[in-house]
This record gives sequence, C-alpha cells and structure tokens, in this order.
Amino acid sequence: MSDKKKQVTRRQFLNYTLTGVGGFMAAGMLISPLRMAIDPVLQPSGDGDFANVGLSVDDITTEPQPVEWEVEQVDAWYKSDVTRKAFVFKNDQDEIVALSPKCTHLGCMVSWEGSESHPDQFYCPCHDGRFTKDGTNVEGTPPLEPLHVYEHKVENGMLFLGKAYPRGEA
Amino acid sequence: MLQKMYDWIDERIDITPIWRDIADHEVPEHVNPAHHFSAFVYCFGGLTFFVVVIQILSGMFLTMYYVPDIENAWKSVYYLQTQVAHGQIVRGMHHWGASVVIVMLLLHTLRVFFQGAYKKPRELNWMVGVLLFFVMLGLGFTGYLLPWDNKAYFATEVGLNIAGQVPLIGDWLITLLGGHPEIIGAQTLTRFFAIHVFFLPAALFALLAVHFILIRRQGISGPL
Ligand code: HEM
Ligand code: FES
Repeated sequence: MSDKKKQVTRRQFLNYTLTGVGGFMAAGMLISPLRMAIDPVLQPSGDGDFANVGLSVDDITTEPQPVEWEVEQVDAWYKSDVTRKAFVFKNDQDEIVALSPKCTHLGCMVSWEGSESHPDQFYCPCHDGRFTKDGTNVEGTPPLEPLHVYEHKVENGMLFLGKAYPRGEA
Repeated sequence: MLQKMYDWIDERIDITPIWRDIADHEVPEHVNPAHHFSAFVYCFGGLTFFVVVIQILSGMFLTMYYVPDIENAWKSVYYLQTQVAHGQIVRGMHHWGASVVIVMLLLHTLRVFFQGAYKKPRELNWMVGVLLFFVMLGLGFTGYLLPWDNKAYFATEVGLNIAGQVPLIGDWLITLLGGHPEIIGAQTLTRFFAIHVFFLPAALFALLAVHFILIRRQGISGPL
C-alpha cells in the first residue's frame, strides 16, 4: 500500500453492499420461521394444578397402591381429559409418597411387584428395569435415575396430587 | 414422432451434451454383473436409490388421504387402507419400502467398506453417505409416528427419550422435536409430519445430488 489513504474500489464497494443487503434479506426471511420452530422450547413450563385423586388419606398404607385420576390436559389447540396414574404409600417416616409409574429409562409403565422374581420392587417390562419401593433405581438395570415424585397435599382428609418432578427437585 | 420432438427441442436448446453428461457413459467391466456375476454387489447403491424413488412416489400419494391431526390421522390411514382402491398396496409399498431401503443402504455401505472404496480421494462421499444414513433414519423415525396407533405412539415415546439422553441439551431436544416437553400429542404429530414430508426429503435430495455429482466426477473405484 502507498502512503495515500486506502481506497475502496468500486468493485469492493459493490461486493460489500450486495453481501450486506443479501445477508439482511436472508436473515429477514429466516428469522420468523426459526423463531416459530423453537417456540415450544421457550414456553414457560406451567405448574400443575392439584387434583383430588379420590383417595382418603386414611386408606393409604405402607404398600404402594395404584391410583388413577383424570385431569384436563391442554395440548396447544387440543384439550382432552387424560388419566394420570401414581403409586401411593406411606414410607417409614409415615410420610405420604406418590411415585410416577413412568420408567425413567425410556418411558414405559412400571408396576408394583410386576415381576414374580422381584417382590417388593417396581418392575418395568420393557427392558427389565427395576426400582425399590422408595423409587430408587436398582443398580445394574437400565434406568439411571429414581422414579419421579408427585407433589402432593392433603385437604379435608383427601389426597391431592400435582405434577411429578425428578426426586430432589420437588 | 418422438424423434421429431426431440430434434425440435435439441435444435433450440442443445440438450444432447447435457443428456450425454448424465447418462451416456461406459460401465467398466469390473462393475458389470454380466461379466463377473460377483459384481452384483455394485447394484446396492442403485437399488437404494430405486427404493427411495418408491418411497417418494408412494409417500406423495399417501398424502392425498393422510391428515396429520390426532383426531383423524388413524382414521385417515384406516380409510385409505380399507376403503380406497389400491390404498392397501400403496401403503404397503411405503411401509415395507421403509425397511427395505435401510437394508439396501446397509448392504451398499458394507460393499463400500469392504472394498475400501471410501479411501482417498473418495472420503468426502463417504461422509455424505453417513449424512444420508442419518437422514433416512430420521425419515423412518418420523414416519413411524404418522399412523398414530399405539405402536407409533410408544415408539416415539422411546425415541424421544433416547434423544433426551444427549448430554446437556437433551430436554431441550425433546421439546424441539416433539413440540412439547411432556405431551406426545397434537404438536408432535404436526411437527413429525412436516419433518417427514418436507424437511428431511429436502435434505435427502440435496445430499443425493452431491453424492451422485461426486460419483460422476471421481468415477467408480477401480477393480480390487
Ligand atoms: C426414504 C424415504 C422415506 C422413508 C424411509 C419413510 C418411512 C415411513 C414410515 C416407516 C412410515 C410409517 C408407515 C407405516 O407404519 O405403515 C411412513 C409413513 C408415511 N410417509 Fe414416509 N418415508 C419416506 C418418504 C416419504 C415422503 C417423501 C413422503 C411424502 C411426500 C412420505 C409420506 C408419508 C405419509 C403421508 C405417511 C403416513 C401414512 C402411513 O402411515 O401409511 N414419506 N413413512
Ligand atoms: S423403559 Fe423401563 S427399562 Fe427401559
């Protein structure tokens, strides 16, 4: 370069402007579709409402019992009544525990004492996943974390359940 | 008559060189099963493409009846399968073709692998081939949900949970693919439909084009 001021050639100038304008047009075309595609990721996760599951607290034993109840589920434009399921029991500290039956491996449904060879455990038929009564995953079986726990409250002697959270986060 | 039409077009836009570039070239002896029967292993790539064409054609016709709506998806598939003349055949082509295409793809890959045909200068085409493999797996995964029966639902439950195992971004991936963090429902079906019928086929065409252009540039690999 000589000592005089750096000159932008006509060709460079046109290249820069065209690239800039082209970039703006491409961004303008893509920004809204992309924002639309990721919208579900950016939705705040709604806190579950508590629902009466129709089980009197007096009927809860130390043996996990399955309870089912209906909630209204809103899936974007589609509202429907869906059945939720939980295993409810009292633990050694006499606290109420409501476990989600959804296997933490890949989402099949576990059942209490579902396998004859493993009494006192939750059993998942999909890949022989097992959980102890308090929901802890049995080492050596596929699930990598404990069964999720429903948040619960008691009103007028009846059990109300909300959303299921990973253990330790509820 | 046909010759006349061809000449009329050729006279104006000179298509013969284009046509020659695409289709008029010699098949080397070592890849011709008429010379060495064992050369049939070279057919698997072409067979994969053939089945892809079947998938695209049958899929296009299925969309004339199929609706990606959770109330009606299953019913529309049931209807086209039981009421529409030849619907069962077209669905059968798509259903079985989806498995056959993966088998052909694997056989083609095995041939390329064991012949060492992926070696320099053809590494790029191996990479494109791997991407094609992922795109086809994606088509199989998203297509499987569309009939919206129990098998479809739980396969997707499991598949999305596998995606959820990806470190750090797993939960985010589930929502992005499934349209909802927990529910496999209305938004999952529309998303999977869009991905199955528009996004992945577009990617498939682009990758196939690159795959074939590279083959024409580099030629088929030599005899062993
Ligand atoms: C390599 C390409 C493709 C593969 C591997 C593939 C795979 C699949 C699979 C596994 C299913 C489920 C079928 C069943 O369970 O019976 C399916 C369904 C479907 N696919 Fe594809 N697909 C491909 C390309 C396409 C294309 C290009 C279109 C549309 C332009 C399409 C449209 C559909 C539709 C509408 C259905 C729902 C109807 C049904 O389930 O029978 N597919 N696909
Ligand atoms: S889904 Fe329960 S063990 Fe795999």
